[in-house]
Amino acid sequence: MNRAYPSVDEAVADVFDNATIALGGFFTAGSPIRLTEALANQGAKNLTIIVQSVGIGNWEVNMLLETHQVRKVICNYPFFRSASRVSLFEQQLRAGEVECEVYPLGTFIEKLRAGGAGIAGFYTPTGVGTLVAEGKECRVFNDKEYLLELALSPDFAFVHAYKGDSYGNLVYRETSRNYNPEMAMSANITIAEVENLVGPGEINPDQVHTPGIFVQRVVKVDRPDIDVTIEVSPEQMNT
Amino acid sequence: MVTPALPGSVIGISRELMALRVAAEIEDGSYVNLGIGIPTLVSNWIEGRDIVLQSEIGMLNTGPLAEADQIDQDLINASCQPVTELPGCCYFSIGESFAMIRGGHMDIAVLGAMQVSEKGDLASWNVPASGRGKMGNIGGSMDLAVGARKVIAVTEHVTRTGEPKIVRECIYPLTARKCVNLIVTNLAVIEVVKEGLLLKEIVAGLTTEDIQAVTEPRLIISPDLKEMEL
Repeated sequence: MNRAYPSVDEAVADVFDNATIALGGFFTAGSPIRLTEALANQGAKNLTIIVQSVGIGNWEVNMLLETHQVRKVICNYPFFRSASRVSLFEQQLRAGEVECEVYPLGTFIEKLRAGGAGIAGFYTPTGVGTLVAEGKECRVFNDKEYLLELALSPDFAFVHAYKGDSYGNLVYRETSRNYNPEMAMSANITIAEVENLVGPGEINPDQVHTPGIFVQRVVKVDRPDIDVTIEVSPEQMNT
Repeated sequence: MVTPALPGSVIGISRELMALRVAAEIEDGSYVNLGIGIPTLVSNWIEGRDIVLQSEIGMLNTGPLAEADQIDQDLINASCQPVTELPGCCYFSIGESFAMIRGGHMDIAVLGAMQVSEKGDLASWNVPASGRGKMGNIGGSMDLAVGARKVIAVTEHVTRTGEPKIVRECIYPLTARKCVNLIVTNLAVIEVVKEGLLLKEIVAGLTTEDIQAVTEPRLIISPDLKEMEL
């Protein structure tokens, strides 16, 4: 089995119009920047993007907004913290060009995990009695209220890993793991950009974080050179 | 009567001292998640103590902010700041991270607040006047408010225009109902109890009447009321 692709362009070539795509990563850690860049060049339209934040902590999403490829966003942190700062995404949202669904972070990630694990939905205590609960089934278990939230199974997931082998086994580094494992599980086709592409047997099997069965394509990219020392104002902070 | 805390005016204790008071509330051996804003400052006061900080992006035993050659783009906290490892740290996915939070494994969450009600309801994520409607930056706040065993809300006692932030009912959209256990402000320490809000500590030089004047619900004065120790 060889899941290695020669380039990011070839790895994203079949992304279709109206596709739903999960993008892993957070700020400088584990964001699939090269795959997102390739998708901006590829040009698929009317996309639904599942991502932590929209062009604030996850800058690469701006590439897809600039090309007007995004119709809908599913996230947990949509805006700059200060209401006086309006991101490109918020401009497009106010103009009615994009739609947005916001979930609490734990619900957001569990929807993806459930989607990858064959679970249709789950009951969570998070959001009970808040705006998040509007229109959702509320049920009591052991005298405690829970909301029904449904699974998410995107067509594609783009993830970034430190190392991957030709079977698709992935190893992440430090906090760059973040959203990537659950997103890799959730999608029909998961594409991993990896800083180091190695042969079978070169990853210690005890240290695989995402088993290759969840990863359909692996492509080698250069380690993105991002300046993490860029001062982040409180307005840009996340979660 | 306490003067409203206008921008730039000094009233009560500083944000750093509010963080210090919160730190004193955390027992050794605790797993703790600190929200952004004043809660983040708590980390300055617990160095060397047996307290494990969780970063919800996927790390336990998060160390101090990284400097110069320690900086690594793969090692950041949920506020996008480069951080360091402490011995015994570990990494995990966000799915596992929120299993820790929602599953009742986190001893304490320290959260900022826009409003706290007398029942312990917390509002911290959405200002209706922002023009963003029902949408806002929820992030991990709702899960932390619901899942942590103890929630400490740390906030200025009043808004910049002098309105009470401790209210009968939250006007702003809720983060969670009946979740706050303790409120630490620049003026007082208040515990949320079955009967209402128990005033336990006040900043030196202020009276219970001063605190009541800037607090919407009627406060229950603790028989053990004392000056806030810092």
